[in-house]
Amino acid sequence: MSTETTVQEKAPKAPAKPLFTAKDRKLITDPLDDDNPITVQVLGICSALAVTVQLKPALFLCMGVLFVMVFGSATISLLRNLVPSRVRIIVQLVVVAALVTVVDLALKALAYDVSKELSVFVGLIITNCIVMGRLEAFALANKPGPSILDAFGNALGYSVILIIVAIFREFFGSGSIMGFNLIPQGFYDMGYVNNGLFILPPMALILVGIIIWVQRSRNKKLIEAN
Amino acid sequence: MKPLRNLMDKLEPNFQEGGKWHKYWPLYDGFATFLFTPGHATGKGAHIRDSIDLKRTMAMVILAMVPAMLIGMYNVGFQHFRALGEEAAFMDTFLYGALKVLPLIIVSYGVGLGVEFLFCIIKGHQINEGFLVSGMLIPLVCPPDLPLWMLAVAVIFAVVIGKEVFGGTGMNVLNVALTARAFLFFAYPADISGDKVWISGNLVAAGENANVVDGYTGETALAQFAKVGGEVSHLGGVAYDGISDFLMAGFIGLVPGSVGETSALGILLGALILIATGIGSWRIMLSVVAGGLAMGYLLNGVAGMFPDNPYLAIPPFYHLIFGGFAFGAVFMATDPVTASQTPTGKYIYGFLIGVLAVIIRVLNPAYPEGMMLAILFMNVMAPLIDHYVIQSNIKRRLKRTKALAHA
Repeated sequence: MSTETTVQEKAPKAPAKPLFTAKDRKLITDPLDDDNPITVQVLGICSALAVTVQLKPALFLCMGVLFVMVFGSATISLLRNLVPSRVRIIVQLVVVAALVTVVDLALKALAYDVSKELSVFVGLIITNCIVMGRLEAFALANKPGPSILDAFGNALGYSVILIIVAIFREFFGSGSIMGFNLIPQGFYDMGYVNNGLFILPPMALILVGIIIWVQRSRNKKLIEAN
Repeated sequence: MKPLRNLMDKLEPNFQEGGKWHKYWPLYDGFATFLFTPGHATGKGAHIRDSIDLKRTMAMVILAMVPAMLIGMYNVGFQHFRALGEEAAFMDTFLYGALKVLPLIIVSYGVGLGVEFLFCIIKGHQINEGFLVSGMLIPLVCPPDLPLWMLAVAVIFAVVIGKEVFGGTGMNVLNVALTARAFLFFAYPADISGDKVWISGNLVAAGENANVVDGYTGETALAQFAKVGGEVSHLGGVAYDGISDFLMAGFIGLVPGSVGETSALGILLGALILIATGIGSWRIMLSVVAGGLAMGYLLNGVAGMFPDNPYLAIPPFYHLIFGGFAFGAVFMATDPVTASQTPTGKYIYGFLIGVLAVIIRVLNPAYPEGMMLAILFMNVMAPLIDHYVIQSNIKRRLKRTKALAHA
């Protein structure tokens, strides 16, 4: 269906092409809901479990992934006609690894405490399925413009879920958000206790599951016919 | 019974198609079938119908839990007064415990059934009666002083995440009551483990209460095993005259612990009811005990090599008397939904529960009790066990037919 519309759009060669066509916009908005990398494609779960105990490291990781994905997609898309398909995975790895090293060093230089907190998970962006998945599925076959939009959209979709999970986990697990205590001392005096399960990784999995549940019950497109 | 029947008959039209409360039909249906055995009869064909349905089964399980619960209630009061060094009359002791335990039961049922009703109305299903048993099990596996709001949160979690997301009663992978307990255990460890929660009255939390008798210790028997081995001389406010006195207290159930799990005697009565009525699987109960004893003897045999861990050296049958082993074996492992379905599978499932429970108890210093984790783990494995039991049966029979064909 979508291919037909592109053909029609291209045929008359619209003189003044808007900056973002409807198709371009879909590249960004689709991964936010209908084609979310975590809840629909089920990619990048490990980092959703590992770095969402608090919101701050989650935000930094999201920025790292955004950076790596956008520049990675742009680079691979530019190289797409030069790279023999036999070695494409290695080329993708080299590009991604170089970008991750940039992120890692930048974090160490600018935000050392966060870098320590994220520790190995920055390096593990290389193995984040979303990054390689989008390079393989989109950037290798599309021009740089749409590739960048696609990478941006997917990184945003990933970030949205990470941030939701991190907000819930930090609020219920530590009673704070971004390190600011939100639950008044009076509650603790009355017997309120922070929920230790939210600190543990299984709760992140359960939260992602609940998000998938809510999303599917609202979005009828995602319900599989069986 | 007659006026009740008349009342239900009078109310029924309101809930039927076109009635003003039709939306709440599941609610009415749930209550009506809980009160009276429904009059449906199979219309055609030769179907054998047992007069016992799910609600009657559940009622029988609850009946089987009553002895353990009553002794548990008495024990809550007994531990409290003994820790303060007071002698209280039988009824006072029982009443103290009942007033501690009843709120737990009421909150557990109220919240759990509330969540179930909500889901039934949203989904337009019939009410699932599965919570009738879970609602009773949950308070019995909690310490008596558990804050009620924590219990409520745990029940909501267990019913929604443990059961409703999988499709309700009969579809759950994990035992609901143990899901609630596991939630409490990992979410609020300070209120369900350690040595401050097992004896009612916040004796230690209230600033080293001076009224506590000399030598008071708030630990359970299992925590003592981990420290001093089988030679326990003191639990709560009670000092024992030798080991037989201690074992007797453990058997009757007058030791610190969760409400319903302390009394091996009460649980044994419950087991007899369940086995006599054919509701609980004797295969699972037997094999859990066998697994626990086998692992207990094995660890006991190597105790000499590891003098650092006194838990190894306790006589294996202690595992059956103390802690949640007996309660888990009789009421949790036999849950027909989450256990293995095939008879052979039941033996394997039960045996591994016993083995794992003792391994966790003895070899993991962080968890003096292992029954909960063992049962939950085997709940997950139960379908796999069934799969292999069925496959091996198919293979065996195929081989036989092939052999016959060649002959």
